[in-house]
Amino acid sequence: MSAHTAVLTQSTGEWQLPDKGKVGMVCLIVAEAAIFIIFVLAYIFYLGKSLSGPTPAEVLKLPVLGTVCLLSSSLTVHFAVTALERNAARLCALWLALTVLLGGVFLADTAVEWHELIYQYGLTIRTNLFGTTFYSLVGLHASHVIVGLGMLGLALLFAVTGKLNGSHAHRLHVLSYYWHFVDAVWVVVFIVVYGLGR
Amino acid sequence: MMPPQTTGAVTFDSPPSHPKLWLDAVNEWFTTVDHKRIGMLYIGYALVFLLIAGLEAAVMRIQLAVPNNHFVSPQVFNRMFTMHGTTMVFFVGMPILFGFGNYLVPLMIGARDMAFPRLNAFSFWISAFGGLLLYFSFIGGDGLYGAGTAPDVGWFAYAPLTARLFSPGHSTDYWILGVFLSGIGSVGTALNIVTTIVCMRCKGMTMSRMPLLPWLYLVTSAMVFIAIGPLTAAQMMLGFDRFLGAHFFDVQAGGSAVLWMHFFWIFGHPEVYILVLPAFAFANEIIPVFSRKPIFGYSAMVGATVLIGFISLGVWAHHMFTVGLGPAGNTFFTLATMIISVPTGIKIFNWLATLWGGRIRFATPMIFSIAFLFQFLIAGLTGIMLSAAPFDWQLGNSYFVVAHFHFVLVGAILYMIFAAFYYWFPKMSGKMLSETLGKWHFWLFTIGFHLTFDFMHIPGLMGMPRRIYTYEADRGWAVWNMIESIGMIFQAAAILIFVWNVVRSYRHGEEAGPDPWDAWTLEWSTASPPPHYNFAEEPVVHSRRPLWDLKHPLAPDSDYE
Amino acid sequence: MSFALFLALHDMDDMPAGHAMTAMQTHESWWRRAIQWVADLFSTPTSIFSPQATPAHTIFSLSMLVLAITLAIFLAVAGLMLYAIIRFRHRAGDSNADPTQVYGSNQIEVLWTVIPILILVVLFLSTARVISVTEQARKPANALDVVVIGHQYWWEYRYPASGVVTANELHLPASDPKAPTPTYMTMSSADVDHSFWVPNLAGKMDLIPNKVNVMWIDPHKPGLYLGQCAQYCGTQHAKMLIRVYVDSPADFAKWIAHQKMAAEDDPAAAEGRLAFEHTACVNCHTVTGTSAKGKFGPDLTHLASRDTIASGAIRNTPQNLRQWLEYPDSMKPGSLMPKMNLSIHELDAITAYMASLR
Repeated sequence: MSAHTAVLTQSTGEWQLPDKGKVGMVCLIVAEAAIFIIFVLAYIFYLGKSLSGPTPAEVLKLPVLGTVCLLSSSLTVHFAVTALERNAARLCALWLALTVLLGGVFLADTAVEWHELIYQYGLTIRTNLFGTTFYSLVGLHASHVIVGLGMLGLALLFAVTGKLNGSHAHRLHVLSYYWHFVDAVWVVVFIVVYGLGR
Repeated sequence: MMPPQTTGAVTFDSPPSHPKLWLDAVNEWFTTVDHKRIGMLYIGYALVFLLIAGLEAAVMRIQLAVPNNHFVSPQVFNRMFTMHGTTMVFFVGMPILFGFGNYLVPLMIGARDMAFPRLNAFSFWISAFGGLLLYFSFIGGDGLYGAGTAPDVGWFAYAPLTARLFSPGHSTDYWILGVFLSGIGSVGTALNIVTTIVCMRCKGMTMSRMPLLPWLYLVTSAMVFIAIGPLTAAQMMLGFDRFLGAHFFDVQAGGSAVLWMHFFWIFGHPEVYILVLPAFAFANEIIPVFSRKPIFGYSAMVGATVLIGFISLGVWAHHMFTVGLGPAGNTFFTLATMIISVPTGIKIFNWLATLWGGRIRFATPMIFSIAFLFQFLIAGLTGIMLSAAPFDWQLGNSYFVVAHFHFVLVGAILYMIFAAFYYWFPKMSGKMLSETLGKWHFWLFTIGFHLTFDFMHIPGLMGMPRRIYTYEADRGWAVWNMIESIGMIFQAAAILIFVWNVVRSYRHGEEAGPDPWDAWTLEWSTASPPPHYNFAEEPVVHSRRPLWDLKHPLAPDSDYE
Repeated sequence: MSFALFLALHDMDDMPAGHAMTAMQTHESWWRRAIQWVADLFSTPTSIFSPQATPAHTIFSLSMLVLAITLAIFLAVAGLMLYAIIRFRHRAGDSNADPTQVYGSNQIEVLWTVIPILILVVLFLSTARVISVTEQARKPANALDVVVIGHQYWWEYRYPASGVVTANELHLPASDPKAPTPTYMTMSSADVDHSFWVPNLAGKMDLIPNKVNVMWIDPHKPGLYLGQCAQYCGTQHAKMLIRVYVDSPADFAKWIAHQKMAAEDDPAAAEGRLAFEHTACVNCHTVTGTSAKGKFGPDLTHLASRDTIASGAIRNTPQNLRQWLEYPDSMKPGSLMPKMNLSIHELDAITAYMASLR
């Protein structure tokens, strides 16, 4: 009991509870992670079980460019947040722009890869179990990248139009959590699909 | 009796006579972000669907009352059990429990509202839309008499029955969409509850001074994050199969029917704990107040709840004992399921110990709670029976299982929902519900409940599988089915009395005042109904029962905790 | 307890209607008649409490243990609850002050954690043993193999050793405990999930497409055992009934020999046979020795040797057969047997042909 009363002092101060935004975002991340885990499990379960059609080893190439870009964008968004915490709004805008660019390159890389898979190898979501699980998992991730880029783009817009300042730093921080999550999912997808799966 | 900490209260608008004011009232409810209003919207919505799903059950019980009956066609019957189950879980159970959570959690922790009020409103409306979409399906296809294209694949929608090949119409699609939307709403509300509890407790309310109701809602919400995802994922996969030609559950392309079962039950088992933990939360608040003692073993209750939450994530395949998991799988899931009975038992014993040495008052909330204790005990014991895999090889998918889970869903959860209603309705509306009507409600419902669900165990033991629209006369099930159907009549009458009680008491009920039950948690320190802002000043607490401390300044809880 | 009483009164007579006849029936006393009435109420053909074969026997023994334990727990805990609400109720005249506030007790928490764990250990070990004994039983050399394939809404049975293919009525040889000849059933589905459940003989096992499950039955008493599909499989799930005929080994051999023969070619039914072979029937059904080689529907080679049609739902009489052929939905609405739109003449002829396929 005494340990708890130490928290409460006579004055009004020192009743500190965590930030709502961060807690909320962590909750969302857990819920989204649960969805991704199921798609990853389905992917792993169906490895080698396709009855026909191209196999991962035959058609998948390591998406090096996209991966490097996406993972770097975690770094750049982190710098954007620290810049905003120092009230350096223009620097923040720069880092945000870089983040959006890197994310965009990742998406473009994915698009090129899919184009090749569909038109050169004839692999679609309905071709076989590999096609089904591959496009679902990678597509689900890509859709989350798109949403993230949308949000980051919005933040960039606010930064560029001078509406962003240090008081918004904690919100950008919360957004960056989401972006780090998206990158973490990509690490898992990369290992499972392009590493183990091939 | 201590005076309320706040003065004044916003009462509900009396029905306006001028047409323009009606619109204002409606607009207020549609655009509200107040957790109390949203909570009441959830509860009202759930009660409407309770009546509808109850009608679906009535149709089934009439059809099954005698062998080889022709009250409805097999197609209609199959839609009835699918819709009954889907509605009760997603559009009665979840909303009503989130409704009470929404209403009570901020009040009990001394907060002004939920952490994200607009997300709160969005979560309600998207769930509500999901329910409407699901029911719109009755109008599709050939229309109402063939029951349209309402889902008919069972509430767990096993593959490959749900594939385009075997379910060519849109019944499965309505199931996917309606439930998917409700899942989004559930995650939103859970997110709100967790954030509110972690970030918005009033001064002095450390986690170990928080009432048990918010604790249980915290664990429930954490389970929602982990459990709803698998269902959402599986539904997306099924949607891809049906609309994009994917093969997740396409057995002809090498897909696995068992994979659906795993994904569904990874959701489905925690889901039933998500439904039951709030019922436990109500019991944790109501039983102490009417025993006039604090809950026995607060820490043990918290620990048991957290343990239940964890273990429930690892027992799902006890719904799949007959699927051919192999002896290792069957043995593991038997063990895990048996283990979960230990923390569950701890809870029952702690409630018993709370009653012990008390001075029990049998107001309506308490008699529902006491019935809950007995009925939940029985439900838990039949659950232990089913946890033994070989026993489940006989009893799985039979009416014994149906009886077991109705003991949990109706005998435990619905009873505690009624108890919660009688207990907190005065706070929400400022009026007391009638005790006399409450007792009629209780006894009629209990007679009906036991007629239907006690005897339902027997056909299960006699070999009656579930989800059959009729049965042969020579099986010996007819007598029991008839008794079960008669029980339904009592339950229906009781529900009507309950609805009447609510309507009548809202208009003419006795004034409740802020603290009609002489209770101890923060919601009773403000007016009934609470003002928009809940508390005029942020409360400061020093123990688990702040109002007890105020009422007993010479022997406050803070001296003993 | 009452279950022992049921067993005492329950004659293992194997009539589908569960007709129990005992010496007690001859007594007049009302209480004996009352017990008889109750016993009759519970002696139904598909009760899990009248095991007639292994593993139903093994499961029954386990279930008695489980029931005993749970009943004891119920009596103890519910008894305490009842005592508490009576003893500690607020009586008129009691003081309105609150009683002694008790917050908890660590020792009691430990007590009612440890005791349930001990009970569970017993329960779990007994259960694990039954799982092992059932699922890891060694298959005797003389076991009979049957392949069971579930369809919407009928059962296909194949006997690989003899090449026999039949539908809906499963014949098994009774097994001698001294030299067991259990039946091993290899099961899968041609469409959706089904489940094979004959409570008197064994627990249920699901039939899942793209998956093979194996279960075994070791029946000791000849007779007819009933069951039905226990996994929702569509519109007519309710009428996907099961009939298992446990024959003496001699009778079983006779049955197999008969089933191996090609279809009866009764000259009196020649017209019907012709009509049959020239209609779409042959696309779904097989009749050995004719041009009918369809696999979608039940094998009809020895249809007239079966007691029922439509998977146990309808008695196999010429009138029923005729009505089934004419309008299947009038008897089993939603079954996948289509309305064949035959003329009255064709209907009579084909019915006669079907009735001749002994």
